Amino acid sequence: MAHAYSPGLKVVPFITLRKKRMLPIPGKVLYEKGKEVDALDTVAQTELPGKVFSVNVVNRLGIEPSEIRNYMLKKEGDQVKKDEVIAETKPFLGLSFLKSSISSPITGTVESISEITGQVLFREPPKILPLHAYIKGKIVEVEENFGVVIEADGTFIQGIFGIGGEVNGEIKVAVDSPDVDLKPEDIKEEYRGKVIVGGRHAGLESIKKAIKVGASAVVVGGIHDKDLREILGYDIGVAVTGTEKIGITLIVTEGFGHIPMSDYTFKLLKSREGEKASVSGATQIRAGVMRPEIIIPGAPGSDVKKKEESRGWIEVGDQVRIIREPHFGIIGTVTQLPSELQAIATESNVRVLEVKLENGSKIVIPRANVEIIEK
Amino acid sequence: MQDKDLNVIIATDCGSTTTKAILIEKKGDTYRQTFRGEAPTTVEAPFEDVTRGVLNAITEVEELSGRKILDGEKVITPNNGNTGVDVYVSTSSAGGGLQMMVAGAVKAMTGESAQRCALGAGAIVMDVLASNDGRADHEKIERIRQLRPDMVLLSGGTDGGTVNHVVELANFIRAADPKPRLGASYKLPVIYAGNNKAHKEINDILGSKTALVITENLRPVLERENLMPARHKIHDIFLEHVMQQAPGYPKLMKMVGAPIMPTPAAVGLMTEKFARANNYNVLAVDIGGATTDVFSVFSEIFNRTVSANLGMSYSVSNVMAEAGVQNIMRWLPFKIEDQEVRNRLKNKMIRPTTIPQTQEDLQVEHAVAREALRLALAQHKALAVGLKGVQQERSISDAFDQTSSGQSLINMMSLNYVIGSGGILAHSPRRIQSALMMIDAYQLEGVTMLAVDSIFMMPHLGVLAQINEKASLDVFYNDCLIKLGTNIAPKGLAKEGEKILDWEIKAQSGNQSGELRFGEIFIVPLSDENAEVILKPAKSFDVGAGKGSRYEAKIQGGTVGVIFDGRGRPLELPKTEGKRVESLEKWYKKLNMYP
Repeated sequence: MAHAYSPGLKVVPFITLRKKRMLPIPGKVLYEKGKEVDALDTVAQTELPGKVFSVNVVNRLGIEPSEIRNYMLKKEGDQVKKDEVIAETKPFLGLSFLKSSISSPITGTVESISEITGQVLFREPPKILPLHAYIKGKIVEVEENFGVVIEADGTFIQGIFGIGGEVNGEIKVAVDSPDVDLKPEDIKEEYRGKVIVGGRHAGLESIKKAIKVGASAVVVGGIHDKDLREILGYDIGVAVTGTEKIGITLIVTEGFGHIPMSDYTFKLLKSREGEKASVSGATQIRAGVMRPEIIIPGAPGSDVKKKEESRGWIEVGDQVRIIREPHFGIIGTVTQLPSELQAIATESNVRVLEVKLENGSKIVIPRANVEIIEK
Repeated sequence: MQDKDLNVIIATDCGSTTTKAILIEKKGDTYRQTFRGEAPTTVEAPFEDVTRGVLNAITEVEELSGRKILDGEKVITPNNGNTGVDVYVSTSSAGGGLQMMVAGAVKAMTGESAQRCALGAGAIVMDVLASNDGRADHEKIERIRQLRPDMVLLSGGTDGGTVNHVVELANFIRAADPKPRLGASYKLPVIYAGNNKAHKEINDILGSKTALVITENLRPVLERENLMPARHKIHDIFLEHVMQQAPGYPKLMKMVGAPIMPTPAAVGLMTEKFARANNYNVLAVDIGGATTDVFSVFSEIFNRTVSANLGMSYSVSNVMAEAGVQNIMRWLPFKIEDQEVRNRLKNKMIRPTTIPQTQEDLQVEHAVAREALRLALAQHKALAVGLKGVQQERSISDAFDQTSSGQSLINMMSLNYVIGSGGILAHSPRRIQSALMMIDAYQLEGVTMLAVDSIFMMPHLGVLAQINEKASLDVFYNDCLIKLGTNIAPKGLAKEGEKILDWEIKAQSGNQSGELRFGEIFIVPLSDENAEVILKPAKSFDVGAGKGSRYEAKIQGGTVGVIFDGRGRPLELPKTEGKRVESLEKWYKKLNMYP
């Protein structure tokens, strides 16, 4: 086998990107094909059906379920206001002190009345759900009732793990080099609304400070799992993220621990400092991999050419990142791809490759433990 | 199909990442697995046709065996000389398997029965909804709306009993208007298997909004479960609705000679056949990257559970979240900071396909596996129980045995056989590592035989068992199981070094005898042969016949041999880190666990 399939994270200076923006349920698309949109424009919207509430009318009135309709003042489909009386008893001779009544728990409509359980269901009015463009670009496809596809040219950087949803902000590089930590004092009050780029590691205090100044996002090489737990209040079990509400979007480019941000990523972000970025922390590692991302629309410089689709496998000469102990985070160049299985220190026989490190030494490691650096 | 008609069989299992094909041929009177091939599963883009992967895997078998099996995209049947096969069968778990939501009136009664029904049919149960599940009504409706199951199983009430609860649940389902996971264009299938008096009401409420199927009550009376009719309906709908939506499956369904089974249903069937054929109590586990499936047959009762978020890669971090990092670290024979362990496991979560490269890293994975196996068994024990809510008739002898209704069926002392599968158990560099992971995680008691299914052939054999039990059992014994040997662990506690057992092994290869002292663990070599063991425990120890009672059992040897585990049950690791590391080092060294 001359090559191995090891997709890596994309860190691309200039590429044409397409983003599918679809509603979860059918609604209305607000733009036509060919229109230019800004990141914060609403491209489609829908109504989410309201929440349902239940009241057991017969238990509270002390009647039989089969007689419920005799006591209801409203029928299915009727509008109701919160605290409006919806059912009442008819006391003997109209003696009002014997009368008991039930009022609606919400403002909305009567969904159903059951003559078997004696339960009445109410539904709140629908909620409007707007869908933003998220990136500045041009609408190239419209899927009726569902959404659009937006195309944009720009810089595209994937992280390995993130939390928090879609945000926008100006890129601000807060450290001098990719191998220094982002300290609380590096984060200034004026970074409100910005996408702060750190270096090797952001500790709990730094992340807290970024939240305090109101930054949109922090992008950093590594974090500690302990700090992540502290911020979220729980341990992340399965990597499906993007809906956390912690007041910031956090993107880790390399992994957990102290790991310098790749020099290439850092320099690329530095080159786009001051420009507006669209950032999402959403990560999903099972069933349709999704990685967090930073998208900066527009060309990074006149001499940069657009990137074609990657080939998706490793060949001799490729630059790779080692992604497992004991060489975690180290970058090297592939020098050999032997086809025979080889025994490694664990005594497992696996496919390996030989990597030449920056200091000139060569090591043999499992192919499963590298990822290609896509530029 | 008669045995005489069945000489060559091709079987595939379409997993989420790999499609595996095996060829089974009759050699004399016995069926043997002869060749195998595998190829990436092709359910996802760009192929979006599961049959591509199937054909690729079968082509590999063709190349290796020299037998022509395919004519274009068709499987040639019947076999004739070196061409064709007599039957093609397949299982599938691709595309996320079968995902269900179940509902029952009372959580501990019909709710649990419905859950057992769905799990036994090979489903992943996304949620169990019940009238008394502690959630407010609107929360239940919200939850139903969020989930996008492949189908819903609704039960509740005994036949002729109250209809209230089940009608209420039906109303919630209607109000939530849930959508099926695949294919927005068809109605969500709902199977009703509750009180037969409520059929009309259920039909009025759900008939027009869902694809409603009404079947027999799965709990017709409190004292009895009747899970099979609803299970059959689940399989029918799986084939008719769910599989029809999955890419390429309509084509695959035309290729097979027996209905396609969900992979876990096939593994369950194989476990049942094996247990019944030998009169064993069996525990089988499949620990994957994302989920862990546990199957058991105790006193002929079959149970299956899926721990959806306990696994070795995608779910590795959830094992840590559920077990606690300290519980993982207690199995490590070296000192390490908890922050380091946390970061390593999170790094495995975000890069799930990486493999351990150092002994230390391998030991961390083995520690995680012990905890994942332990937690999955705890979940299994909680569901594999006798029926709750049942008044038990007690005889004089029962009166001394204070069993209550709803007691777990899983009893480690009466367990005869454990089968492990999934990467970490099937491919560990040394077989003793797999054996000790299972011994520690399950705290096996008394005499227990151990094996691993090294290439995960149980799905293929389970689906084959539907049409030919002999063929599936032959291959299961001869080719599928890699016998590790037998574990012998007296139950009880004593002082370090105290004698707790005298033992004697009688085998054709020779007799052996000795004693076991508290705190020690060692292996007596016994290769793949049957033997007899005579055990005389100390008076406060039990090996199967009660405290201090002599016990004889038939055992099997294997690649590991007979493990005598005198560490005591319950297994209590030393509390201080130094002592604990010292004990682990001593045990691992004695067993030659790591280089």
